[in-house]
Amino acid sequence: MLFICAITIYPIWYVLVNSLNDGVDAMRGGIYWWPREFTLENYKAVFETPGIVTSFGVTIAKTVIGTITHVFFTAMVAYAISRRDLYGRNFYMLVGVITMFFSGGLIPYFLLIRDLGLFDNFLVYIIPTMFNFFHLIIFVSFFRELPTSLEEAAKIDGANDFMIFIKVIIPLSMPVIATIALFQGVYQWNDYFAGVIFVNNPDLQPIQTYLYKVVAESSSNQMMTNAAGSIATKTVTSQSIKLATMVVTTLPIMLVYPFLQKYFVKGMLIGSVKG
Amino acid sequence: MVEPTKKEKYKKIKKTIISQKYLQVMALLGVVWMFIFNYIPMYGLIIAFKEYSIIKTISEAPWVGLMQFKEFFQDENFWIVLKNTLGISLIKLIIGFPLPIIFALLLNELTSMKLKKAVQTISYLPHFISWVVLGGILTTWLADIGVLNDILLGLGLISERTNFLAEPDNFWAIVILSDIWKELGWSAIIYLAAIAGVSPELYESSTIDGANRFQKMWHVTLPSIRPTITILFILAVSGVLNSNFDQILILRNSLNESASNVIDIYVYQMGLQNARYSYATAVGLLKAIIAFILLLSANKIVKKLNGTSLF
Repeated sequence: MLFICAITIYPIWYVLVNSLNDGVDAMRGGIYWWPREFTLENYKAVFETPGIVTSFGVTIAKTVIGTITHVFFTAMVAYAISRRDLYGRNFYMLVGVITMFFSGGLIPYFLLIRDLGLFDNFLVYIIPTMFNFFHLIIFVSFFRELPTSLEEAAKIDGANDFMIFIKVIIPLSMPVIATIALFQGVYQWNDYFAGVIFVNNPDLQPIQTYLYKVVAESSSNQMMTNAAGSIATKTVTSQSIKLATMVVTTLPIMLVYPFLQKYFVKGMLIGSVKG
Repeated sequence: MVEPTKKEKYKKIKKTIISQKYLQVMALLGVVWMFIFNYIPMYGLIIAFKEYSIIKTISEAPWVGLMQFKEFFQDENFWIVLKNTLGISLIKLIIGFPLPIIFALLLNELTSMKLKKAVQTISYLPHFISWVVLGGILTTWLADIGVLNDILLGLGLISERTNFLAEPDNFWAIVILSDIWKELGWSAIIYLAAIAGVSPELYESSTIDGANRFQKMWHVTLPSIRPTITILFILAVSGVLNSNFDQILILRNSLNESASNVIDIYVYQMGLQNARYSYATAVGLLKAIIAFILLLSANKIVKKLNGTSLF
């Protein structure tokens, strides 16, 4: 067990240590446990590269907006479908279940996004990810467990179904909302592919796409070299900036997830077993 | 009792729908979304049987029958792509599927709650790291000046530095091991939750019968979580051909192409980089058909073996 923990955590530690070390010195290798020449220059360089800062902004915006719209929209549809008295419920479920097993695949999806005019448009991160049928099932099984008497009481007070959803159901559903928000938040934060295929404008590029171009296309290491060159001190290398960017990209999620842990364990169980 | 006439029935349905107008709108918004983002692409699959180009609409493009499929079968890449897709997927299934179960069983045996919690927290940490960042870590570690070379040289296992990602022979191992590294803890969550649901009475009675810890694991825990294992296995088989596009897209390079070119990568290259939309769609459709057959067969086999199945 301890061995598994060690090999799990060490690569992450290694990146952190090397990103905190002087870039030129790190090229000599041999830094395994602690930084040899501690410096924050790499991080300074990351934040002084204009492209990276913009990409960060895009990532934060797409994660926040994308997660909120996803949770709200998916939960709303799920609430309607979770009501046993809804006319046409079975048909709506069937429409959804089919999408779990059949899809058009990459190319027809790409053509659709192009025809919808979502190319080079910030909304490409939001609208196509607003809904997920698997998450809907998790919501539905949670809503089923809620006592119906509260809904009835609200109805007598004159609330319509939409108001009941907003005022009664959402406040009662925080555990499942936290679970789905975590799933979707991680997805939005980590997704790079939409940025690769649907966006050419560098100002709309998320940080993961930026990093992808650095990691996967060695030719664009040029980008990093330029970034490094613009800084007066010569202690920063393209490699050390790459590591620092990786740390900055991953850190926000690392900080959030231990707090949400108790929620997602429960959420996984509801979703997978009944789904 | 008087049978309600058709007219009365319609009236009743109309009344129900009107009384649920908010709910109906809420549900229909979801259906509209699915129609646009799921069903229109399914219709778009027909370009696999056409010669689609950017200047024509889908319906204007001329029919070409199975031409695109024939071309793929005759393509020199066909066997390479098929071998890589099936090879990586099957090994991943054989090694990657049982490991989380074993991990969850072992974790369940830990008596210290604190230690258990710590191991869990650490083991699903990598799940939250994107493949882009992991790709960055892997390219750093596996490079000729990287850590793995340092270790292997230090142990005297290799005599000169190599760039592991540049060699096709290593590629499958890298992909499979790094995938297990990333997802082991996360995949174990569901089994742990299932194990937590096993009735303690079963353990008590097996203790009275004199079972040791290993026997309890084998005769009580495993049979109890069998339905969960079954369903996850069927899902794993149906998803097996999606041999982690994200991961391979990042780790592949021109030197390891003979081992890293899988169907998804090929579709991406042909369709989006070379703009051969119809051809790439046909290749993708072929993959979907194989995956669907796999799903049905896995479901059937499992149903015969132990009665539980997905549908």
